[in-house]
Amino acid sequence: MAATRTLARLATRRIAARPASVFTRSFASVSDTHARDPLSKAAEKIDPKVITKPIPESQTSTIKEPEPGKDAKIKTFHIYRWNPDEPSSKPKMQTYTLDLNKTGPMMLDALIRIKNEVDPTLTFRRSCREGICGSCAMNIDGVNTLACLCRIPTETTKESRIYPLPHMYVVKDLVPDMTNFYKQYRSVKPYLQRETASPDGREFRQSKEDRRKLDGLYECILCACCSTSCPSYWWNQEEYLGPAVLLQSYRWIADSRDEKKPERLDALNNSMSLYRCHTILNCSRTCPKGLNPALAIAEIKKSMAFT
Amino acid sequence: MASQRIFQLGLQRAAAPSFATLRPAGRMVQRRFAATQKVTDTEAHAILAKQRIQRPVSPHLAIYKPQITWIPSMFNRITGVMLSGGLYLFGFAYLAAPTFGWHLETPSLVAAVASWPVAVKLLAKATVAFPFFMHSINGLRHLAWDVGIGFTNKTVMQTGWAMIGLTVATSLYYTLLV
Repeated sequence: MAATRTLARLATRRIAARPASVFTRSFASVSDTHARDPLSKAAEKIDPKVITKPIPESQTSTIKEPEPGKDAKIKTFHIYRWNPDEPSSKPKMQTYTLDLNKTGPMMLDALIRIKNEVDPTLTFRRSCREGICGSCAMNIDGVNTLACLCRIPTETTKESRIYPLPHMYVVKDLVPDMTNFYKQYRSVKPYLQRETASPDGREFRQSKEDRRKLDGLYECILCACCSTSCPSYWWNQEEYLGPAVLLQSYRWIADSRDEKKPERLDALNNSMSLYRCHTILNCSRTCPKGLNPALAIAEIKKSMAFT
Repeated sequence: MASQRIFQLGLQRAAAPSFATLRPAGRMVQRRFAATQKVTDTEAHAILAKQRIQRPVSPHLAIYKPQITWIPSMFNRITGVMLSGGLYLFGFAYLAAPTFGWHLETPSLVAAVASWPVAVKLLAKATVAFPFFMHSINGLRHLAWDVGIGFTNKTVMQTGWAMIGLTVATSLYYTLLV
């Protein structure tokens, strides 16, 4: 029965004439053509004065663990909430308590458990649950990290606080608006730029030493933990590229196969794009993948100074 | 996942076939039970634009954990402003002194400070010594970073706390003993 149905489905999909609009993707980044406007134009639309302090947890309700077991290890989580459907209400810190014996070891497990069993309106991004997609980047106990790689501290006396990535526009709850970040990533042309063909018509090869230069750069998953930990990026988000995008930029500058190194350096050679980095080093400190964006930025600065 | 679901649905239908709600096979997989509402692209964009205007900025400075990286960096800035601002203020005041009849020459300043009580003297010395040594010693770290040295998390932590220790030691020495 199931097999025939599947076959029938495949057959109807092959044959059926369907309107194109049904299958066009309708995510904000695709249908929203204004997202591709220049930065200045996009920035004008947003009121920079909308900085709202969340209502503290002392003034909000607590949602309790639904069924605490025997010897329950009750841990308290304060989670940032804001709902775009009630735009006039302020963001608030909602308190949840969970029995750690019934919860997985990671912060993401706690969030998923809250969403599944306690409060289905809690909104956050997650995908791979193993630190390779970068979706669940958020500020946990004051430090930006991936929720799936962050263990829940087991001492139950300490309360955990979860915020979205700092100084980003909030779409809902723990989901920040990453439009500007991705736009900046696009602006560094993150692809191989090459005019000349490979001498023997095969792939562009590089020596082991040249390949080794890319270690610690290509592993970046663009979770934006580093960029949003950077105070410089907080204050100059529109113009400063931020550690993540600069690390990606250096990944192509350092690539021996890329032929547009001077153009790439030229594009960064202004007071804002690169030089808003004041070596604060929050980026390297917070990177959940153990990379060193600050070192990459220093290498870009060096190659600018010594060429 | 999808194939599993197709299989399960197929099993359910095989077990209890309901001919009243017969659906075309192609539709079966894509059913959504949440209430949705059809909006055109322009309407969707208008909703998005409206939401964007009202989006709050997520909390930042107040909630970020104080770390050896950004707190000294902040003080490096503040002390830099204090020191250079103080130098400029004094420099311009010194230039303007003859015109306004102020006495800012070294002998009169020495005499003025000598008449202060000890506590005020110590306080004045500390306000100059702490920013000066903090900024100078942290400046050495910045010089190292500019040539690409000392970027590992461990080194940053070690040099950071060493900088604070040295600052306190030298500043106290100059405040109390010199």
